[in-house]
Amino acid sequence: MKLTPFFEKMAANGAKMVEFTGYFLPIQFESSGIIAEHKAVREKAGLFDVSHMGELMLTGKDAFATIQSLVTNDITSMKDGQARYTLLPNEKGGIVDDILIYRFNEQKYMLVVNAANCAKDDQWISSRLLGDTVFENISERTAQLAIQGRAAEDIIKEFITVYNVPEKNYTFKVSVLFGEEIILSRTGYTGEDGFELYCSDKIAEQVFDLVVEKGNKHGMLLCGLGARDTLRMEASMPLYGHEMTDETLATELGLDFFIKLNKDFVGKQALLDKAPLCKRIGVRLVDRGIAREKALVFDSEDKEIGCVTSGTHSPTLGYPIAMLRVDRDFDGKEVYIDVRGKKLKAEVVPMPFYKKNY
Amino acid sequence: MKDFYFLPSHEWYNKKEATVGISDYAQKELGDIVFVELPEVGDKVEKGKPFANVESVKAVSEIFSPVNGEVVEINEEILDNPALINDDAFAMWMIKVADVSGEEGLLNSDEYENTIK
Repeated sequence: MKLTPFFEKMAANGAKMVEFTGYFLPIQFESSGIIAEHKAVREKAGLFDVSHMGELMLTGKDAFATIQSLVTNDITSMKDGQARYTLLPNEKGGIVDDILIYRFNEQKYMLVVNAANCAKDDQWISSRLLGDTVFENISERTAQLAIQGRAAEDIIKEFITVYNVPEKNYTFKVSVLFGEEIILSRTGYTGEDGFELYCSDKIAEQVFDLVVEKGNKHGMLLCGLGARDTLRMEASMPLYGHEMTDETLATELGLDFFIKLNKDFVGKQALLDKAPLCKRIGVRLVDRGIAREKALVFDSEDKEIGCVTSGTHSPTLGYPIAMLRVDRDFDGKEVYIDVRGKKLKAEVVPMPFYKKNY
Repeated sequence: MKDFYFLPSHEWYNKKEATVGISDYAQKELGDIVFVELPEVGDKVEKGKPFANVESVKAVSEIFSPVNGEVVEINEEILDNPALINDDAFAMWMIKVADVSGEEGLLNSDEYENTIK
């Protein structure tokens, strides 16, 4: 089992630890709990240890071509200091991972990948390098904090000069803190404004203390994986292993904006050849209960049409929500979800379930 | 706490009130409770068998009956506001039972406290 550079700090602050993708990470904190942590992020700010995420560096003259050949999105238009979401498909059009690409310059990129897929991505990408591309997996020595919520900008501006604070969503700045380079991006996985801060594990504890000291003044709470999951669900952000797997066609997720068929990439032919059979939809439960992952979904004629991929009680909305994978041709307004033998009625609602209004 | 008798799986039976609920330790372990599924009045419950489901934000958990009996009342209050269990687990009973048997072998509160130390 691996420990992140923030493990001691989190434990000392009352974190309840769980094993997640080979790391001990906080699921929630004793003094708050998932709902309080969730609300802190929606109303003020929350701080997450996300050091389990993987970071892969690609550098060299052909780094651009390598990445362009492997991802569904088009990185041609990316400028230095931009981050971009993309799918990493396999030859069959299934999904190896969903990742963020950071462009430092024409010859230097960082890929931020899911912890559970880091070894798989490492193998997938490092065996497909084109020409002059140098690959390095820096996950082990990279710490990552997510500072999320409408107060995040004020917190960050307490210790980073305005010039080094990324202004637009999906951009980043490199600056120096405690004598080490840090990367600060305006990104996140909560549906709020927020930042992700990457730094060397050498300065991780100092950075943590600084962020907590500044954050406390703005009502920031330490948050665990529990709140991270309910927050991303409300924002209807897919999670690898749930909404998507190696078997899920990239075109079945409602993420077509991130798939650019005007360029070549691994798996493109499969996506052109295969018609998507399923789609991702969002529902709100009308009957009492919570629909969890894998629960079967039926239409109003009692025909099985799919299953739940993620479901929870939405702390912000106050009712249960779920994301479903259902037959492509389903176009009804309601579904019935089998929860322990009872068919709970749910109505189809637009995603995201929650959208920030500032 | 002298009227409370426990299963090691953290459910209590209040002998005086003939009510059943979950312990404070259990509510803490479960985290924020957001939904409770209870049996209906008239249903039979069996010692050591699940009779209810409690959903926290994290997961669903089965709740086991500490005694045999028949459900004569359910606590409607917790159906509408499940978080009350987090606030006061020993006051927030889930079901009231009659024709009770199987009380032998339950832990008294001291014995139960020792299991969670």
